[in-house]
Amino acid sequence: MFEFLMRLFRGEPSGQTAKERLRLVLLSDHLSLSPEIVDALKTDLLAVISRYVEVDEAGVDVTFEQREHEVAMLANIPIRSLKPRDELPKPVLATVTALPAQEPAPAAAAEMPLPKAETEAADAVDAVLEPPAVAEPVVAAEPGVAAEPPAVVPEPEAQPAPAPAAALTAKQRKRRKRRAARAAAQAVHGQPDPVQQPLGTSAQA
Amino acid sequence: MQEFASQVPAAPPDQKPLGRAIVVTSGKGGVGKTTTTANVGAALAAAGARVALIDADVGLRNLDLVLGLESRVRYHLLDVLEERVTLDDALVRDKRSEHLVLLAAAQAREKEDVDTERMTELVRALRERFDYVLIDSPAGIEQGFRNAAAGATEAIIVCMPEVSSVRDADRVVGLLPQTMRPQLIVNRVRPAMVRKGKMLSVEDVNAILRLPLLGVVLDEPALIVAANRGEPVSLDAGSATGSAYRDIARRIAGENVPVAEPAPEGGMFARIGAFFRGRR
Repeated sequence: MFEFLMRLFRGEPSGQTAKERLRLVLLSDHLSLSPEIVDALKTDLLAVISRYVEVDEAGVDVTFEQREHEVAMLANIPIRSLKPRDELPKPVLATVTALPAQEPAPAAAAEMPLPKAETEAADAVDAVLEPPAVAEPVVAAEPGVAAEPPAVVPEPEAQPAPAPAAALTAKQRKRRKRRAARAAAQAVHGQPDPVQQPLGTSAQA
Repeated sequence: MQEFASQVPAAPPDQKPLGRAIVVTSGKGGVGKTTTTANVGAALAAAGARVALIDADVGLRNLDLVLGLESRVRYHLLDVLEERVTLDDALVRDKRSEHLVLLAAAQAREKEDVDTERMTELVRALRERFDYVLIDSPAGIEQGFRNAAAGATEAIIVCMPEVSSVRDADRVVGLLPQTMRPQLIVNRVRPAMVRKGKMLSVEDVNAILRLPLLGVVLDEPALIVAANRGEPVSLDAGSATGSAYRDIARRIAGENVPVAEPAPEGGMFARIGAFFRGRR
């Protein structure tokens, strides 16, 4: 009874707290990702997916799960409705080519294992935080994008015709610049990470 | 390899398989690596296996003390690695078991003085003569740990049910080659605290580390008493902690002994028994 009262006043037992703290700290040990980065990833993920379908943002759940030899990212993104056909952007983001060739299931449950590599991941994080000045390869590739207004990053082969940069809104341009810097950074760092490598490849194209 | 091998009696033509070399490690200090090495080693030897213990904690030598062999140590690991004495000169025979020997660490030297390649050769030479070579690793993940793990074929991870210990154990597992198939001993468990939800349970720890569970050892005063005397508790037939170590030894030897999260030591009879044996 006393125990029960104590628990009532003090909240969960400390063993539970220890468990939760450990889970989180080990996750970031393995991913070398800070909570801010994970949040940013979630936001970016949503931005990309909501270009194609209308998602229920309140119901979005992105978690990382520890498995035998890896940590997997599980994104559960409820879809409210499809976008009208004519509003759909022409794919393909360079990043999309990096994903495992999975059909977008109705529940849009993307699952991609992340390698346990720590230092590489740390490098990638640094690269995102401080985009180096060398953005040249991507700038060269950029004209390919503008042909399809809503698309953000070039599709290497599909659209060779350059379009005026003026067609882009300021926001789009800003977003594109960020992506370009990231892609360049990864190209520079020569990521061995399978998820990120295609980014670098497209930047060199 | 050549040098050590020459000190070893020539192997019979029908070569018997090499012994197993197991590094006992944890990352974090003070979780019970040395106690584990001493007790598991003593239990294996008591069961009839030939066992060599290497104290690889150069500069902070303690395994001899836990085993009560400190007065017998004449030479140490670095004397052998640097060829000042032969391996046989440096191996200290245990008081209790003729199957158990110890190679003590150097006290006045540093971990960086150990040559990793020579260490590997030494472990290999010992594997030719002993069924088990247990290597007591120093804390940390630096050179000392690497040297200790260098010659080992398997690993035992000692972990306390406590956040920093679990995190460090996780780190160490990541550093060991997977071929060493690390196994877990959860040490210093306090069942009463676990029951109240105030301590991580064995399941909690292993939900994170996900290693084959080699054993669970409770946090018992008997361990401190045994260390005071320099007698491995695993040789105390009446002790529950000792029996936990004996079970671990049997599992290492391949016996199928189920691991249960044990009840605390000290049922009435155990206490009365301990009282009369004077183990306080």
